Amino acid sequence: MKTGVFICHCGLNIGGVVDIPKVLEDLSGYDSLGYVTDYRYMCSDPGQQLIKDAIRDKGLTGVVVAACSPAMHESTFRKTAEAAGLNPFRCEMANIREQCSWPHRGEPEKATQKALEIIKASAEKVRKNQELSSLSIPVTRQALVIGAGIAGMQAALDIADAGYRVSLVDRLPYIGGHMAQLSETFPTLDCSQCILTPKSSEVGSHPNIDLFTNSEIHSISGYVGNFDVTIRRKAAYVNWDVCNGCGLCMEKCPVKTDSDFELGLAKTKAISIAFPQAVPNRPVINSEVCRHFTQGKCGVCEKVCPVGAIDFKEEDTFIDRKVGAVVVATGYDLHPKTKVGEYGYGVAKDVIDGLEFERLNSASGPTQGEIRRPSDGKIPKEVVFIQCVGSRDQENGYPYCSKICCMYTAKHARLYKHKVPDGQPYVFYMDIRAGGKGYEEFVQRATEEEGVLYLRGRVSRVFEEDGKTVVFGVDTLSNKKVEIHADMVVLATAIVPARGQTELARLLKISTDEWGFLSEAHPKLRPVESLTRGIYIAGCAQAPKDIPDSVTQAGSAAAKVLALFSSDTLSHTPEVAVVDEELCTGCGMCIDVCAYDARTLDARRSLAVVNEVLCEGCGACQVACPSGATCQRNMDTAQVMSMIDAVI
Amino acid sequence: MKLSREVIHTEDKRKLQDISGEEILSCYQCGKCSAGCAMTSAMDLLPHQVIRLLQLGQVQEALDSKTIWVCASCLACSARCPRGMSLANVMESLRSTFLRPGDRCLNPAEIPYELLEIVPEQALVAAFRKYT
Repeated sequence: MKTGVFICHCGLNIGGVVDIPKVLEDLSGYDSLGYVTDYRYMCSDPGQQLIKDAIRDKGLTGVVVAACSPAMHESTFRKTAEAAGLNPFRCEMANIREQCSWPHRGEPEKATQKALEIIKASAEKVRKNQELSSLSIPVTRQALVIGAGIAGMQAALDIADAGYRVSLVDRLPYIGGHMAQLSETFPTLDCSQCILTPKSSEVGSHPNIDLFTNSEIHSISGYVGNFDVTIRRKAAYVNWDVCNGCGLCMEKCPVKTDSDFELGLAKTKAISIAFPQAVPNRPVINSEVCRHFTQGKCGVCEKVCPVGAIDFKEEDTFIDRKVGAVVVATGYDLHPKTKVGEYGYGVAKDVIDGLEFERLNSASGPTQGEIRRPSDGKIPKEVVFIQCVGSRDQENGYPYCSKICCMYTAKHARLYKHKVPDGQPYVFYMDIRAGGKGYEEFVQRATEEEGVLYLRGRVSRVFEEDGKTVVFGVDTLSNKKVEIHADMVVLATAIVPARGQTELARLLKISTDEWGFLSEAHPKLRPVESLTRGIYIAGCAQAPKDIPDSVTQAGSAAAKVLALFSSDTLSHTPEVAVVDEELCTGCGMCIDVCAYDARTLDARRSLAVVNEVLCEGCGACQVACPSGATCQRNMDTAQVMSMIDAVI
Repeated sequence: MKLSREVIHTEDKRKLQDISGEEILSCYQCGKCSAGCAMTSAMDLLPHQVIRLLQLGQVQEALDSKTIWVCASCLACSARCPRGMSLANVMESLRSTFLRPGDRCLNPAEIPYELLEIVPEQALVAAFRKYT
């Protein structure tokens, strides 16, 4: 056995603290080492060549690279070793940077001693390392996209266009998400419907997309490349395959109810299609208000339907799918205005939120796009917009910035001014955050050209008085308290994760932050991957973002899925837990400690088994196993003991 | 301060914009004018605060401030404004609005003789230019 040690200076990162010549000298007397050398940057091409040459010329059977963290360069050096004909799992990193030179910058002598011990321990480990080969996992080249807003639609289209089947699931009966509710979009003010509906119809008719609207994820299991999903399609009480979307049922239905799509600003029927351009253009019966379900009579829709599509007996159906990758794009909700006490708990009729304003301004909305206030339908002449309602408010809401409110409020104020030229919009703000192409210019146009008056300060109170909505605020620029008797108030309420997202995350075993937004694997370098391999995230499910960012992230998530689908199999590290069946008593303690659900009990044989693909090699089961039956490959108990011996 | 369309959009404000040729709402209150003004130690309001009052329709309060008279018309603010607004023009428009009624000008006969003895001629000429 001949192990080579290659010590990297990492410029001055290691070389400036650890006395490398001394380490080299001390190691020269250490038995079992076949070769010891150093280099300024071991990860560079000449550095890697040094390792390759030594493996060949000195006949090394193991390699220790004393440098940075294995997370940084383990794969680099294992590939180097492999290129020189060595089994890559006989190459180990000795981390003398993050765990030595960086934290012990002020005590170089001790750092030098510690570096020596880390290297010796690694050399002991390598000596007993087995030659391993990577595990191979088959990949099902089909994807699941959860959420069919703009992010989910984009991800589904990108994957489907590349030739792979996609199951696109949304709990609402239509696709498009919140974007379908928007009137016009910043910064170009093009109408949301005009840019969304072509995409919706493309999704609806794409040969590679299986659309499951009015559906939810019932269960999911498995791992990267091999997820088993059950989709629950909720009963619509209409056979969508038979229905031709004529709308006669909606016309004749006698029951009126608040429209969710119109956010309660308009009525709809108990059987309805959310909006005329909806994809798929099929109705759903709301069983909570339908007279057939509540009183056991009526059935008008059934009588008038020319194709016999109404089916009151329809039940939820369950569809199984096997997919290789999942994109989660579940979107957002708004912080409910009913939770904001100082602005009237949502009781004041003319205090609305941003999405409600979008509906008022929409050509297909309840007022056909005329800005009319909800209480009496009058055109409001003084409108106050309040930003940061719940956002940037750690005491009464959320500490984060909701990111899009500055822009959509500027848009609202401008659109209002276009429709009511003699009206006065006021915007209460804390800062204007308009980072984006053409965004700052958009806001400046609001103030300079459209006469929107920006007032810097938070509003303390909003209340109704004599048909007006009184706003108590402040303008910190002039140090004056401000009182406005407004005709309507629009609240830019905080963006929060969509209802049910936390439960879905739990089902998928992916993590969320404390507010429920999905956590990315790395905030800068892996922004669309979850920490669970094969599950990707896009859109507002991850954090508040606007349409361009959502589309970008969706495309990026799709690219990750396509990379995964680029081969039939995936490789997985063999450095995972193994069980000595002779020693295992089947106590199950390893199952409780496993964070990855990789351990299960084979009840018939009374043995704990390892799902090697799910195992991340963390070693928790090895520690927990009372009989010493579980160990991690290339980190067995004998190796750990000899590493300790080398140090003490 | 109660704000409404009537308060913000007054005839006085419109005239000021006409006289100065500046769009008051183009100011985004960065404060660079005040940061570089050489006369702020003698001012009661900083230059950007005067502009803010005008944005809010508080023309009288701006006219009442000492600042518009302390302004030396050095044009540093105009040269440096990132929004391209000439504050010096706005200050001048405020002064001329104040003086327009005609009974508020500097009257040479009312200047005390002792003062004339110590004031540099250049300052006197400047005063006539500013106060008439």
